[in-house]
Amino acid sequence: MAVVEAIDLHRTYRTSTGTLRRRWIDVEAVRGVSFAIDKGELFGLLGPNGAGKTTTIKMLITLLLPTSGEARVLGHDVVEDAQWVRKRIGYVFGGDRGLYERLSALDNLRYFAELYGVDPHRQRARISELLELVGLEGREKERVEGYSRGMRQRLHIARGLLHDPSVVFLDEPTIGVDPVGARELRSMIASLKAAGKTVLLTTHYMFEADALCDRIAMVTRGRIVAEGTPRDLKERVSDGVALGRVTTREPTLEDAYVALVTEQPVAVDG
Amino acid sequence: MAESPRIARTLAVGFGLHLKMMTRSSFDGLLGVLWPLFFATVAFLMFRAGAGGESLVFASFGAAVMGIWSSTSTSAGSAMQRERWHGTLELLVTAPVHFAVILLPVTIAMAAMGLYSMTATLLISRFVFGVDLPFEEPFSFAVALVATVVSIGAMGFLLAVSFVRYRTAWALGNLLEYPVWLVAGFLVPLALLPGWVRPFSWVLAPTWGVDAIREAATGGGPWPEIGLALGLGAIYLAIGVAVLETVLTGARRAGTVALA
Repeated sequence: MAVVEAIDLHRTYRTSTGTLRRRWIDVEAVRGVSFAIDKGELFGLLGPNGAGKTTTIKMLITLLLPTSGEARVLGHDVVEDAQWVRKRIGYVFGGDRGLYERLSALDNLRYFAELYGVDPHRQRARISELLELVGLEGREKERVEGYSRGMRQRLHIARGLLHDPSVVFLDEPTIGVDPVGARELRSMIASLKAAGKTVLLTTHYMFEADALCDRIAMVTRGRIVAEGTPRDLKERVSDGVALGRVTTREPTLEDAYVALVTEQPVAVDG
Repeated sequence: MAESPRIARTLAVGFGLHLKMMTRSSFDGLLGVLWPLFFATVAFLMFRAGAGGESLVFASFGAAVMGIWSSTSTSAGSAMQRERWHGTLELLVTAPVHFAVILLPVTIAMAAMGLYSMTATLLISRFVFGVDLPFEEPFSFAVALVATVVSIGAMGFLLAVSFVRYRTAWALGNLLEYPVWLVAGFLVPLALLPGWVRPFSWVLAPTWGVDAIREAATGGGPWPEIGLALGLGAIYLAIGVAVLETVLTGARRAGTVALA
């Protein structure tokens, strides 16, 4: 049974233009996205800005209601059984937001441990374990406002894992993090898979997706345009499916991405 | 862990952390010093020029509760907006606990922050303006104070529910700040207001909260007013909880939770 399933998901936003003569416009952010993620799989969603990756994740984590279509996590509908789903998923997003800056890392983790139903007798031990996992032990009593982007991101991951979720959604977790920090985060993400967790990852970094993901779906303009293992996707380029010329070097995932997302042949001359 | 103790614990942890966060802003701390000074000064200059005597005691306690109300009404909206800016609102909305258990401690912490303003106002009354403040029933005064904070916090909760759905609803908090000063009888006795205003006063918990504090201070027996303040607080809470799910579903449908 698939752990995460999206079946023909659609999401439309309503926005307006004008001041005196207001006109309403429907923007289709997600237009029929379907995929399934198996237990223990690390599945990547790749696509340009505005492709619908984050909107898709937000529907799966119960933050947004789909306009139509269905989504299930661990066999439970994300609309009908939202509370059930929330107890079993972790959500981590990239960037500076999502933390209480005036509080320490320890206070942030204590608060979210409480909200995510971590047993009060287990909270202290669980927080210590996670601080060690993300390499923040010894810094946990400092205010978050003094943390670097990489430290914040590691704290985000600790927060997302507090209740030991079996499914983890990572929305661009390495964005804006320096190369050393990003490498540490990637190793942390790989360890989630090694621990048996099912992971959905969105990223803009092709080498990251190539190194981490078992399978990838490429999304553009709200639709999935290709899906497969990183090798499958690269082979599509070298087979000339997406690229109309002989290559002089091995095509990369980035070549496949550019070809599939832009629907343009990509020159790979070395 | 059983459900009720767990909820009580989550409320307590949330209250403690939000109070801690609010006390860490030096700008808010500065406002906490300036506002009571402003409230007290306006009230005393008005009343000293008028009746003086017992009216000054009336104004002292009224100005003191104004601080609690102002702290709650203006902060309840900005707190939800702050959660949006911090990107934490989406994490709170998707937490597997009823959102009321997350929201209520925030607004009660805001009302409790008003206690600082209240203390400062009473100290200014006593030591700057020389008003001899009575404290006839210390125990019932303390209970009246807690009842006022909790009931105003519950009113802030009801306001904050709309702030979750509508991004610019914080303006509603500012809009309500001054009318409630007047209608709840903080500075003007309700008897002086037109008859049609009275029903509005009666359904406002701050009306009974400030009455309870005055009665306890002057030895008049505040228990009926305490009961009314707490009863109205419970009604606000029940209405807030009842509409919260609908409001959250609306926000999830409109996609406004994450929008700053």
